[in-house]
Amino acid sequence: MIRDITIGQYYPMDSIIHKLDPRVKLFATLIYIIALFSCKGIVGLIVITFFLATAVKLSKIPFLYITKGLKTIVMLLLVTTIFNLFLTPGKVTFWHYGILKITDVGITNAVVMTVRLIYLIIGTSLMSLTTTPNQLTDGLEKSLSPLSKIHVPVHAIAMMMSIALRFIPILVEETDKIMKAQMARGADFESGNIIKRAKNMIPLLVPLMVSAFRRADELAMAMEARCYTATEGRSKMKPLHYEKRDKIAYVIIISFLVIVVAAGIVIPYPQ
Amino acid sequence: MNIIKAINLVHEYIKRDEDNNVSGITKALDDVSIEVKEGDFVAILGHNGSGKSTFAKHINALLSPTSGTLIVDGKDVLDPTKTLEIRKQAGMVFQNPDNQIIASVVEEDVGFGPENLGVQTEEIWKRVEKSLKTVGMTAYRHHSPNKLSGGQKQRVAIAGVVAMEPKCIILDEPTAMLDPNGRKEVIEAITELNKKKNITVILITHYMEEVINADFVYVMESGKVIMKGVPREIFSQVEELKKHRLDVPQITLLAHELKKSGLDIPDGILTREELINALLKVSQQ
Amino acid sequence: MSIILDKVSYLYGQGTSYEIMALKDISLKIDDNEFIGIIGHTGSGKSTLTQHLNGLIKATSGHIYVDGEDIYDDDYDMKKLRGNVGLVFQYPEHQLFETTVFDDVCFGPKNQGLDKKTVELRAFEALYNVGFPEELFYSSPFELSGGQKRRVAIAGVLAMKPKVLILDEPTAGLDPAGRDEIFDLLKKMQQELNMTIILVSHSMEDVANYVNRIIVMDKGQIMLDGKPREVFKYYRELEKMGLAAPQVTYLMHELRERNLDVDVDATTVEEAKISILKALGEI
Repeated sequence: MIRDITIGQYYPMDSIIHKLDPRVKLFATLIYIIALFSCKGIVGLIVITFFLATAVKLSKIPFLYITKGLKTIVMLLLVTTIFNLFLTPGKVTFWHYGILKITDVGITNAVVMTVRLIYLIIGTSLMSLTTTPNQLTDGLEKSLSPLSKIHVPVHAIAMMMSIALRFIPILVEETDKIMKAQMARGADFESGNIIKRAKNMIPLLVPLMVSAFRRADELAMAMEARCYTATEGRSKMKPLHYEKRDKIAYVIIISFLVIVVAAGIVIPYPQ
Repeated sequence: MNIIKAINLVHEYIKRDEDNNVSGITKALDDVSIEVKEGDFVAILGHNGSGKSTFAKHINALLSPTSGTLIVDGKDVLDPTKTLEIRKQAGMVFQNPDNQIIASVVEEDVGFGPENLGVQTEEIWKRVEKSLKTVGMTAYRHHSPNKLSGGQKQRVAIAGVVAMEPKCIILDEPTAMLDPNGRKEVIEAITELNKKKNITVILITHYMEEVINADFVYVMESGKVIMKGVPREIFSQVEELKKHRLDVPQITLLAHELKKSGLDIPDGILTREELINALLKVSQQ
Repeated sequence: MSIILDKVSYLYGQGTSYEIMALKDISLKIDDNEFIGIIGHTGSGKSTLTQHLNGLIKATSGHIYVDGEDIYDDDYDMKKLRGNVGLVFQYPEHQLFETTVFDDVCFGPKNQGLDKKTVELRAFEALYNVGFPEELFYSSPFELSGGQKRRVAIAGVLAMKPKVLILDEPTAGLDPAGRDEIFDLLKKMQQELNMTIILVSHSMEDVANYVNRIIVMDKGQIMLDGKPREVFKYYRELEKMGLAAPQVTYLMHELRERNLDVDVDATTVEEAKISILKALGEI
């Protein structure tokens, strides 16, 4: 299951979405999330669906690959859907049993919440699949650079993030390996109550920590050996500058938000 | 001209107990003197814990000597103002391929070093292009390092150092974690760098067969240099090597055993061809 | 304890876009007290095969019989299987987690549900059998040298008293001295403890000196299976698979081509020496 995490995985492809400036993509993701959670009514949702579908199509990444990320949140999805479906009070009640009831509002809420969560995962996955972690951190670093004036270590944070992203898949693989090795020694990660289970995780977590520290140590040395000093004076292999397409993208994104908000005001149905 | 000159180098690790009192001193380097000529391929052999990696880290100014002098490309490693200059001239490749690749895309990782040096963007791209070509990894430039084999990752790491345009590359057991194919790839890439680009190579290893083509070999044990010479001189001392429990290539070992059994063959045989010729000569007598 | 594999196949990543046939119709019989080397380059399926032998990976099709029992039967005791077939992973020292060496070795037998006394006895025995110095029994496993950590990790599996011990690249990352120590140790365990030892490796020369049987794998299939000297006869085929026979094998063939009457099946330095001396009429 852990192999299915799509966040932090880059999917190389030659597409317009891949080529966009990471700042545009960060901004778009932010706007997209705002739109997703502030939208009211079916029209807004349709606009968002259209926006998302276009982005996915343009990215040239197989749709099934993007949805892989959903597997990891299936449980969360189910719980949200069930809670919304059975616990929301409404005007019309179709069915009830004790505190459980299915109402008109419940059904709409369940559907809307589930769609929102699925769209959220697909949207954010799309961003990380089309943006290399390095571009992403470059984008963040540049977008947040005004903060360094008030002594926020923006560069260091960006560097840490990009390294964390690079090592996630490695540590996931390592977890898998250690788990198997301990299982070969008779370890049991699946049965017992919660306290026993937590205790059973020690043979997995201790080696994982030890290995993470060792890796960190070696990586720090390797970076130092390549003249990394975390100070000014670094140049960029892929410096960020806006192209025409980026400016167009900004216009599209802002119009998108305006349309969604307007749709919510004009046609706020249902809900 | 000597690009590296170590004179009586000593490095002590101070062990402390829980109360932070000194409980012991280990000499990881004990009076080590090593010289490397510019353009040479020098190998340093030894077991784990022999001090060979400690020495390598000194060349890159990652560790400082307790006493003695180390001059790299005319600069003293003890001079802190020269540290970056030294690291630029003496690049380093480490053992674990995963723990030295910083970026998530091959070409971005190769560009990391030049970025740190403040090289102009256009120039970075040129260097990345050239370095990837040198190690034969151009086809993988847009790949994630996680999807590469061990040998390929190590070649990317080498390209990352080459892109900094150093005079000298130190490789600290670059093949220890690789399979035979990966080992071959890496050794070929290193040899190419040395022969074609004239970059000085210092290869730290415990695989004997990797040093046969070196210009000069140092053997270390317990922090000391115990043998030095051209490969043929080193490999002609089979008994001495065995005493230090170092691996002797099968062919050299066989030649030595045959000689011990009374055959008239020369010392220090390194290749199959040499042994065959020696044996045919014996059979004709 | 015999292990029989009957047409075992394994599809990796079934149902995804990168579906790979990691094992293809493997049939194999492993007898008591064998010393086997499984050889293949990275991605040949050798590690996947070993993980099938103790049930960590379940075959997509085919059957595995251990002592005549099908391990995929619903009522088969997997825990007992993992006790009987010990598996030591590559870089096993990465699994150490306890505060002392001794406690770490106790982990396996403890999971087998044995009483405290038996657990400790087994841990002691296992550490003794891997030649681990007694004065270090209660030190932290993280402070040991690479070779010693590896011994501790092997003892951790040995303490479960397996009848078959499988080791995936047991000497990876060790220097030649450490490598020889581990191989000598395995040979001793096979002979004195009557165990079956299966080691996975990509180094022919190392393996040739120790094992009695070599299984060569390529692309998920068994390509060759036999005594070392039989397998190395096919040195040209081995080369095509990206593997190499020992240097001695090449030498002997080249000598034969130059009309020196040597035994081309010699695989070790000792065998080659005797054969060459004979051919030259020295003995």
